Amino acid sequence: MNTLAYYLIKNARLLDSTTGMDQIGDILLYEGLIEHVGEPLRDGDVPEGCRVLDGTGLVVCPGFIDLHTHLREPGFEDKETISTGVAAAVNGGFTTICAMPNTNPPMDNAATIEYVIQQAAMAGKARVLPIGCVTKGSEGKQLAELWEMAQSGSVGFSDDGNPVADAHLMRQALAYSGGLGLPVIQHSEDLELSQGSPVNEGWISNRTGLRGWPSVAEESIIARDISLAELTGGRLHVAHMTTAGSVELIKTAKQRGVNVTAEVTPHHLTLDERWVLGHDRDGPIGGPLGLEAYDTFTKVNPPLRSPSDVEALISGLRDGVIDVIATDHAPQTVIDKLVTYDDAAYGFSGLETAFGLLMTLVHKERIDLMKLVAKLTVGALTVLGDEYSHLATLRKGTTADITVFDPTKDWIVSSERFISKGKNTPIEGVRLKGKVVMTFVAGRIVYEQEKMDE
Amino acid sequence: MPSILTEENNKSKVSIIDGTRRHLLDLDDFSRDEIELVSKTSDAMLEVLGRDIKKVPTLRGKVIVTLFYEASTRTRVSFEEAGKLLSADVINVSSSGSSVEKGESLLNTVRTLQATGADMVVVRHHHSGAPYFMARNLESMGVINGGDGWHAHPTQALLDVYTMRRHLGSMEGRKVVIVGDILHSRVARSNLWALALEGANVVLCAPPTLIPQEFLSGKHLDEDHPFSHVKIETNVDLALDGADVVMPLRLQLERQESGLLPTLREYSKMYGITRERLDLANADALLLHPGPMNEGVEISPDVAHGTQSLIEEQVRNGVAVRMALLYLLVGTTKKEELKAEIQ
Repeated sequence: MNTLAYYLIKNARLLDSTTGMDQIGDILLYEGLIEHVGEPLRDGDVPEGCRVLDGTGLVVCPGFIDLHTHLREPGFEDKETISTGVAAAVNGGFTTICAMPNTNPPMDNAATIEYVIQQAAMAGKARVLPIGCVTKGSEGKQLAELWEMAQSGSVGFSDDGNPVADAHLMRQALAYSGGLGLPVIQHSEDLELSQGSPVNEGWISNRTGLRGWPSVAEESIIARDISLAELTGGRLHVAHMTTAGSVELIKTAKQRGVNVTAEVTPHHLTLDERWVLGHDRDGPIGGPLGLEAYDTFTKVNPPLRSPSDVEALISGLRDGVIDVIATDHAPQTVIDKLVTYDDAAYGFSGLETAFGLLMTLVHKERIDLMKLVAKLTVGALTVLGDEYSHLATLRKGTTADITVFDPTKDWIVSSERFISKGKNTPIEGVRLKGKVVMTFVAGRIVYEQEKMDE
Repeated sequence: MPSILTEENNKSKVSIIDGTRRHLLDLDDFSRDEIELVSKTSDAMLEVLGRDIKKVPTLRGKVIVTLFYEASTRTRVSFEEAGKLLSADVINVSSSGSSVEKGESLLNTVRTLQATGADMVVVRHHHSGAPYFMARNLESMGVINGGDGWHAHPTQALLDVYTMRRHLGSMEGRKVVIVGDILHSRVARSNLWALALEGANVVLCAPPTLIPQEFLSGKHLDEDHPFSHVKIETNVDLALDGADVVMPLRLQLERQESGLLPTLREYSKMYGITRERLDLANADALLLHPGPMNEGVEISPDVAHGTQSLIEEQVRNGVAVRMALLYLLVGTTKKEELKAEIQ
């Protein structure tokens, strides 16, 4: 019933940064493509058998593309499966997600890449683009077979979760993958400097007695990698950057013409280190710790940073220094989090809250809606390349991957209602404004919050 | 004025005074009145400790568990002794020899202890924040933090301040110099809260590698920072000038191994509290040490056992302070009744 039919969404706000479109109008989908977008269709032009949806008060934009998702399969199916992961993705408005390779076994060869593509095809819903490991076993010792993985569909390479620590190896990785036209996506963390610490270094580490992960552990690797990208001409993509210093580094590198792109997560744009203290997050820093302190659901790598870092990230996003928003969706089991802060697993389940969380920036007028949508859609092309441009636009004749959201809908985060197996969110019970209500992939409805028929 | 002393921040939701405080996790939510009450109660407990038969029935029928994931002599023994002198039943659980060895999680361990009907658990854990995690997952059993990671050791700080006050009276305006591994020290952190409440001037002294980056950068000097009264001085001779209290901290061998120090030898030469160094402080300056000592490293033996040393008095006061805390947190009788009971 739900395949290759006509869909008409009437009277919605159509938002597309690739064409600059921002108008109230209609969008007609047919056989997986966008048949019409813009002016309202006259009644006589509505095709027979077309399902007509009332888009009043809603926004229609290209489907969100997530460059950074942990689907956990194969190996960690208790945390997430490809099937639950793609379902969570479309719930959150993501029509394309890039799967990170820190699975077990890791996605460091063509066979595992193909396995993921196959499982994703069976699961349907969102498109899954796999990212292969940079090094064999993600161990940082020897390059993985990058060409063969690229042949199988890998869209880039990353040892995410771990950095490529060895500078010589990173140089070879950038040079070699540059030859394939694919990026190396670096988790920028000097492990000697970060010591694997769970919180930002500074006030929060001193206050809690938790070990501190200093900004410089991120910045020193970014600085090094920028130099290596410049030397090799390779393509460097900086994953989940978090500090004001990193924004400066990327900015000057781009000014020099280095082939570098950068992403930021919704949580690093909206939450800061005070959340580690639980209820005290908005209070004065001198306030006493309550029982909510050391909330393991706030443990993420890289850690939540200072309020001034958050400000710098928002500015960097607005100014174009940061190219794209990526979720770093990292589902964990509850057992992984019901331990001490040091023992807790890193990561947030982010696909289903990303958009609502980001809308707080729009409502506070820190970023305009058009820019936000661009960073969730066309921004990813800076890494994926123009061959995917048909997925990130509302242009007539392009693929009907579309997200429909209600920018003012109030809702309260409840992890019980997540489709994702990962219930690990730091914003449980938080009231958000703005929610995805419908998602189309290739013209098919893959998520619908409630019937919206006219 | 540090914000902790302002009225607004001093308003705790719970207090020992009205019996609403169930847990003792740190001193950051303590009021000056609570410290006062702990001090007064400790005086009474010291009197009990001085008797021939030093036992009172105050906590008869109460069960206290000590749960220690780290080695400890002073804290564990003094809590056990404190509980027993108050007639509570005290059960000692350590990570070896219990189901912790079989991999039982902290959560299941403490919930099991609660299910046995224990009234209070005293916990020592190597992870900062472990007592908070425990406390928020318990309904009836209280938690006393016996030291968590690098974060807090509130009962140590209370006994330190109690010991200082017994000799100096008020701590207002007194100069307290803490020398040593501040970065990894839960004792120092809890003392900062207690000494702030008491109005003392605190100087932290260590090589920069053992001082938290926040202090090195001076960011704590912002007016609204709770530790804005803390001064940092890396030169120990300058730090000691005019000190009323000198407190060297234990320097662990692993700090040398992890590259924070060249050698213990050099540390000892630069920062060890020797007779000559102690003479830079006020003539009758008090010497405290939270123990265990590395004699010859952070403190020289003649000083450790010299006339200014209060190290053994700290241990004895520690029993009294922990008796006071157990009484105030676990006991059902009010403090007036205690007075009658011990007279």
